Amino acid sequence: MSSAALLQVGLYLAALLLLVKPLGSYMARVCEGRTGGVLRPLRAVEQAVYRLCRVNPAQEMHWKQYAVAMLVFNALGFVVLYVLQRVQGWLPLNPARLGPVSPDSAFNTAVSFVTNTNWQGYGGESTMSYLTQMLGLTVQNFVSAGSGMAVLVALVRGFVRRQAASIGSFWVDLTRSTVYILLPLSVALALVLVSQGVVQTLRPYVRVPLLQATADPNGAVVTEQTIAVGPAASQIAIKQLGTNGGGFFGVNSAHPFENPTPLSNFLEMLAILLIPAALCYTFGKMVKDTRQGWVLLAAMTIVFVAALAFCWRSETQVLPAVAALGVDARTTAAQPGGNMEGKEVRFGLANSVLWATATTAASNGSVNSMHDSYMPLGGLVPMVMMQLGEVIFGGVGSGLYGMLIFVVITVFIAGLMVGRTPEYLGKKIESFEMKMASIAVLVPCLCVLVGTAVAVMTPSIGASLSNPLPHGFSQVLYAFSSASNNNGSAFAGFGANTPTMNLLLGMVMLLGRFWVKIPVLALAGALAAKKHVPVSAGTLSTHTPLFIVLLIGVVLIVGALTFIPALALGPIAEHVELAAAK
Amino acid sequence: MRTQLRTAGLMLLTLTVLTGLVYPLAITGIAQVVFSHQANGSLIVRDAQPIGSTLIGQPFDDPKYFWSRPSATTPFPYNAGSSSGSNLAVTNPAQLDAIAQRVQRLRASDPGNAAPIPADLVTASGSGLDPHISVAAARWQINRVARARGLDADVVGKLVTAATEGRQFGLLGEARVNILRLNRALDAVPLRAEPRSPTAGGR
Repeated sequence: MSSAALLQVGLYLAALLLLVKPLGSYMARVCEGRTGGVLRPLRAVEQAVYRLCRVNPAQEMHWKQYAVAMLVFNALGFVVLYVLQRVQGWLPLNPARLGPVSPDSAFNTAVSFVTNTNWQGYGGESTMSYLTQMLGLTVQNFVSAGSGMAVLVALVRGFVRRQAASIGSFWVDLTRSTVYILLPLSVALALVLVSQGVVQTLRPYVRVPLLQATADPNGAVVTEQTIAVGPAASQIAIKQLGTNGGGFFGVNSAHPFENPTPLSNFLEMLAILLIPAALCYTFGKMVKDTRQGWVLLAAMTIVFVAALAFCWRSETQVLPAVAALGVDARTTAAQPGGNMEGKEVRFGLANSVLWATATTAASNGSVNSMHDSYMPLGGLVPMVMMQLGEVIFGGVGSGLYGMLIFVVITVFIAGLMVGRTPEYLGKKIESFEMKMASIAVLVPCLCVLVGTAVAVMTPSIGASLSNPLPHGFSQVLYAFSSASNNNGSAFAGFGANTPTMNLLLGMVMLLGRFWVKIPVLALAGALAAKKHVPVSAGTLSTHTPLFIVLLIGVVLIVGALTFIPALALGPIAEHVELAAAK
Repeated sequence: MRTQLRTAGLMLLTLTVLTGLVYPLAITGIAQVVFSHQANGSLIVRDAQPIGSTLIGQPFDDPKYFWSRPSATTPFPYNAGSSSGSNLAVTNPAQLDAIAQRVQRLRASDPGNAAPIPADLVTASGSGLDPHISVAAARWQINRVARARGLDADVVGKLVTAATEGRQFGLLGEARVNILRLNRALDAVPLRAEPRSPTAGGR
């Protein structure tokens, strides 16, 4: 770990934490509908959306209506996206003349983008037309993030309101997150990215001559290179900000046209964690006790930094077998060194592991290096970050509502220890709330484990594994951890674009998304209906360092108990194998 | 339920127009006016024809050029129409074989050079299109390129320095050498054996 690398990581964390308060208070203002003053131009857009959609913004919803609205909206989004991929061959803005996407891949992709997973079984530049990328994928990048934020706001209202029947309007929450938060930030980020070299054009792919001809495996001489371009910057901005992560190009943000410079890399990484981190402050602001928000942010940051350090240490290791070949893998000012397979020179080690940790801590899933080629323990870190349930920052909205579920569980466990009815923010946590919280925590875990088990028993699985065991098993476990927790990154050598895998992964994405969202909304409804209980001597204070420790403990224990056996078969076995070879 | 369905349809339509048409087209419009070079792929143009992009690497394995990093794209290396990494696990025997082969080829290209080979020169990049090699990887190749071209190592070394991009703002990322820019610059230097002419290989 060189000082230059440490400085970059320090700068990243500082920039992130400094932006939490200003962005967090802005979002609180928006979520509470205080949109006067300088926000008036955006309010005009918001009002126009309501007029066009015949929405009465004052009409609030019961939690069941809220859930139905969300489900219907997402179902329609799925249908449109599926159809668009199937008919793109007949539609305009398709200069590369790409044909229809296969039914199973189109199903998987539609589910993937609607659920904010953005798992990709396909290579963007060789599969999706410009029109599909814009009208289909970019739109879901916005609205899936907007839906996540809406559900979070609804849950926060559950804590704030007293004996209320409604938890807000899904249409209003969705529109506000999109118009005031996601769109303006995306416009700004997209333009900076273009200035760095991210492409944004509707022109066809460019053919250029190679300076030195090369050959393909059959010995045919290749003298030309076809350079894929497209309207990438606009999609990349929201893919990062909305914790979506679906790349415009096959290799995502490792591609020089998605992420051309260290500055573009810094900003894209910042965008991954920006909104999830700032939402902690928004939460504190809305419950009128900012300490509650800082506590959650502190817990997230502590786990994040620990994971980052562990991953970084793993990737600086050099295999003795490689060193024996006369390869210099030291980290110096003149070279990144370490395990450079699947990493780009402009980012080096520090920016690759920082990205890998951030993208899996948040449910983003974009990559700027290939996690499949990480050292066994280096690859373990992104896998564990996803398996913790995407609550270390997590997705836009979904990360914080996931963390609040863990808070409820922590409060409950603490309550059991002292024999008192647990309460949080003045709301009693009783049996219904605990049932909902348990469902929200257990369903993604179940999807990962059962999904992996079913997948490894399918007869065709062997063809999907591109690496020998135990790494091959890690590829499957990674895929299901990613899909069930709506992350979307992959050990990308895994052949996931088969009918069986497309269907299986599509199913766990759906279960992992909606069987968290629906219980969360039920929880919101139940909490909103409750009375407020005043703080007493027996109330566990939830804004202390002790509570941070308790919360981290619960998150880690649930994750560890669930996944250590599976991890032992994959990355841990691989690490032991490597250590034994020394 | 029926009103929910109608509202959902209208919302999806409205937000599709806003975020799927207005937003990307507005960004495209602004980008094409303000940053037209970058927005179209940072192309290097000669005689009104694009001859490469400063952001997309090309394959080089001729001793007279600086070699680029190994690329795992198919069917040929540096296929910019289908980006890809190798996704080989470090424990995959194929990975160790690939590194051994690359080491062997580099050693064969410059038998007198006993210095250890920088790691990035024997490992495939994430994109398969990495436009850069590390400064150490460029330095490792200076003597070979100079010999193959009949140039002074100093002259080649200066070209490497000129093609080196430092950390951005002296801080971000890693120092690196743009491979296409460097090799184009090399081609622009008249060989010692050839008569010097003002037009030879000019950019």
